[in-house]
Amino acid sequence: MTFLLRRLAFYLFTAWAALTINFFIPRMIPGDPVKSLVSRFQGQLSTDAIHSLYVLFGLDSDDSLWDQYVDYWRQLAHGDLGLSFTAFPSPVSEVIGDALPWTLILVGVTTAVSFVLGTGLGVLAGWRRGSWVDGLLPVTTFLSSVPYFWLGLVAIAVLAGPGSFFPSSGGYEPGLVPALDSIFLGSAVQHSLLPAATILISSMSGWILSMRNMMVTVAAEDYITVAHAKGLPERRVAMSYAARNALLPNVAGFALSLGLIVGGTLLVEIVFSYPGLGFLLFRAVSAKDYPLMQGIFLVITLSVLVANLLADVVYLFLDPRTRKEG
Amino acid sequence: MSIPTSSVEQVIPEQGAMAQPSVQPSRRRRLRFVSGGKAATGLAVAAGYVLLAVIGPWIAPYDPDARSSDLLQPPSAAHWFGTTHLGQDVFSQILVGTRGVMLVGLTAGVVATVLSVLVGVTAGYLGGLADDGLSALSNVFLVIPALPLIIIVTSTVSGAGDLVVALVIGLTSWAWGARVLRAQTLSLRRRDYVEAARATGEHTWRIIGFEILPNLTAIIASGFVGTVIFAVMSEITLAFIGISSVSSWNWGTILFWAQSQQALAQGAWWWFVPAGLAIALLGTALALINFGIDEFVSPRLRSAGRSRVRTADGRTVRMRVGFTPVLAPRPAPPVASGQREEAGR
Repeated sequence: MTFLLRRLAFYLFTAWAALTINFFIPRMIPGDPVKSLVSRFQGQLSTDAIHSLYVLFGLDSDDSLWDQYVDYWRQLAHGDLGLSFTAFPSPVSEVIGDALPWTLILVGVTTAVSFVLGTGLGVLAGWRRGSWVDGLLPVTTFLSSVPYFWLGLVAIAVLAGPGSFFPSSGGYEPGLVPALDSIFLGSAVQHSLLPAATILISSMSGWILSMRNMMVTVAAEDYITVAHAKGLPERRVAMSYAARNALLPNVAGFALSLGLIVGGTLLVEIVFSYPGLGFLLFRAVSAKDYPLMQGIFLVITLSVLVANLLADVVYLFLDPRTRKEG
Repeated sequence: MSIPTSSVEQVIPEQGAMAQPSVQPSRRRRLRFVSGGKAATGLAVAAGYVLLAVIGPWIAPYDPDARSSDLLQPPSAAHWFGTTHLGQDVFSQILVGTRGVMLVGLTAGVVATVLSVLVGVTAGYLGGLADDGLSALSNVFLVIPALPLIIIVTSTVSGAGDLVVALVIGLTSWAWGARVLRAQTLSLRRRDYVEAARATGEHTWRIIGFEILPNLTAIIASGFVGTVIFAVMSEITLAFIGISSVSSWNWGTILFWAQSQQALAQGAWWWFVPAGLAIALLGTALALINFGIDEFVSPRLRSAGRSRVRTADGRTVRMRVGFTPVLAPRPAPPVASGQREEAGR
């Protein structure tokens, strides 16, 4: 229990740090960014939006930095992330709320599948060192060196196109209204196959490699030799003795690489014009929509923290030692 | 705030052989590192990229910005990688772009490595409050998703050039290295030779610099290479989504124009394939160097050669870690032959 509490405290601290970074970034811009934004949008911004911009950049009042900081937290506590001015007058929280489920499902499913598949292949590669599985290693190295988004581009060029089963962009058929019926869901699944496959291929290789290396290390341990000496079946030794122990660092690593994977996923969304957070971030960046950008950064960071916490809970179940310490 | 037990175990696989404080690797061992196939290939390819970064702009057959009347031509003798929608030569763009990519990658790598050594070794060696603070700091940077942070910071700085991009990437990507270094320093600082240095009254910074750092060389090198991979990827990503300035050429800029000019829809595969392959090849080369370092440090990780061996009496035995198959011919026929017995050997 102590373990979990300590992790929880750490995540709260990290969340605080991320939110504070988020507070300071717009305040580091030299000059008067609002003026340049207003001239960029040439009168399309209402006075409300302009005011919210001045608040965002901390240029609205002569309040001390501390007062602004307190104010920022008060706004956050109310779930108020400001107004997006690309989707004016929708508040940022609403715009993000529309995009979040897309990303959550796409990233959630693909990450889970890639972790399970990659770890499984890694067990195989590590246990059968020197067999054909070793031949996969250079391929996986190459695939993990390819940027996610480029693989997406190639996938579109090769597999998608007019008349192909795979649509090249969007999250669902343009004419459809998002609803929980079979037509819409079917279309959504069809649209997500290619992005999901892209993420899967590029993220899986990392798991294979790390699991293989752990298996190789574990396979030389004394308890494996003992298990063999007891005459246990090969499978049982590989799964219950070697893989079980090799899995622990991989789960710990899962939490840490999540940030990287999420980053890569955002790019895949951009390439496929998938209506999730990544594509939203892309549009926000190209339109210099600062409130929206910050809101997205916040939501992504908080989601990653929650996912990390989940991975810690899983770790707690897998490793009895962490439970004993408490 | 201290690191959970799991984090220390995390790095143990890579330090298997490092656990014995090796004296300075002799010349022969150093050569052996290079002679390993993976590391040698990786180093050769990486050196090729560095060379291109230096001479690329001079040997480029065309000015990458120069427009011509050959619009969207597929690869030919005149234009090896084809041309863009403005008739620019893609091959020249790649050659000229190499310099920016390598410059940012190496600069960010150096910045991040210096930071990770400073933070990691200090935290590991000093322990106590300094350790808690620095560990918490690096854990925070580890957990916050780096790419969105880099995107937001860079887009806030208007018209970010190569140097700004390199600094931002370097400043946000040191945490992993710091964590690994801290764990290794923790295990080194209680070694006898460090205790001895302390007992003879050596200055703390001298102990760190001359007793501890040399034994961390492999980890620092592998961290540096890892960061360069990450930095190159991030930089190309930033250029691809159009955040860093699109006026200077790098591979991401090429992809940016290919994407925004609908290269895909026009079937202009030559526009984006070479840049992607260039990235992948560079990434693979650097990853190979890192495998070389890992295997140098922990020889177990080497992929075994042939693992099935035929014995003299015609049976096949599969080699496995931790077991030494006996290959001598058997005088008497085995009592019970079969998979089980082979497996149990």
